[in-house]
Amino acid sequence: MELLKNVIQSISVYAIPLFFLLVPILAIVKRVKVYEEFVEGAKDGFKVAIRIIPYLVAILVAIGMFRASGALELLTGWIAPLTDLIGLPAEALPAAMMRPLSGSGTLGLVTELMNQHGADSFIGRFASTIYGSTETTFYVLAVYFGSVGIKRTRHAIAAGLTADLAGILAALFICRVMFG
Amino acid sequence: MLNYIWMGLMAIAVIVGAFTGRLPEVTEAAFNMAALGVTIALDLIGIMALWLGMMRLAEKAGVIRWLAWLIRPIMKRLFPEIPSDHPAIGSMLMNISASWLGLGNAATPLGLKAMEELQELNPEKETASNSQVLFLAINTASITLVPTTIIAVRIAAGSAAPLEIIGTTIFASGCATVVAILAAKLYARLPWFRARQLGEEVNNGAA
Repeated sequence: MELLKNVIQSISVYAIPLFFLLVPILAIVKRVKVYEEFVEGAKDGFKVAIRIIPYLVAILVAIGMFRASGALELLTGWIAPLTDLIGLPAEALPAAMMRPLSGSGTLGLVTELMNQHGADSFIGRFASTIYGSTETTFYVLAVYFGSVGIKRTRHAIAAGLTADLAGILAALFICRVMFG
Repeated sequence: MLNYIWMGLMAIAVIVGAFTGRLPEVTEAAFNMAALGVTIALDLIGIMALWLGMMRLAEKAGVIRWLAWLIRPIMKRLFPEIPSDHPAIGSMLMNISASWLGLGNAATPLGLKAMEELQELNPEKETASNSQVLFLAINTASITLVPTTIIAVRIAAGSAAPLEIIGTTIFASGCATVVAILAAKLYARLPWFRARQLGEEVNNGAA
């Protein structure tokens, strides 16, 4: 585990600097006017970022209101008997439900669980795994589709949420196997 | 589907907020989040410009085409609608590698670049194509090789073994990614999710 982490982290550290070193050199070799072409490409950065705003505002506002209302806690209470059946600890349920909605919200809940139950408790380990099991579906959708102006998302949300559910079930399964 | 979820989230928020007496918080959250949306987008401008510039050089140098050629066998099966030498393939590979390595500042701009290239092939500009939904699904699941954020939180919480969740995280996010691909492929065939526009029908027929 330590070795794996070190290998991956050194790749992470070197990947971008290497890219920034090799690509301009390769481009020069191919007689590309690197400065001019870079500026030409970079021009679109503003346009893309600005185009995302309405989509991001729509999604963030709806999720922000939902979180602030306390509806998630209410929903958790209803679902808890069901998730008990598969051995998902009730304490970790809010973090699992928050995962597709908000990354920072999930991180807050996970941190709280670790402070309460201990980072090395089953709940602490399970909650940690939930956090890394998927990305924030609604946020990614707003940013990626918003950047190209897609409004009709078809099966994207359904596929994303199915994957979120699979991620949480897989987290539960592997934590039961590894940590009992 | 998003129409109903979006409306549902807000309607539930207001109704529940009225019962729990948290309407002031609900209203405040709406305004705070609206402002946050702009902050996120503005923060993205510079990083986006940097990567779009670099990616243009990479394209001109032939790097993107070379990357696309490297993973052609896999991508041909996943994205049959995309010509195998299209730059979208190379951009998607770069985005996926960056997000698996946890390089957030690179992953999003590269993903948006790939999305734009997929949009060039999309006949119905306001409706997501099958390729775009699949690419998005892979990104929403996203394998995490080293969950640095959570490791830091575990250390702060006094964990004796902060790294022991690396293996479980790779397993869980790996499963999520496989299911994301299967779900995107499967749901694309359901009539409910079929694009109602003529263009998409042509697209499906060509696939």
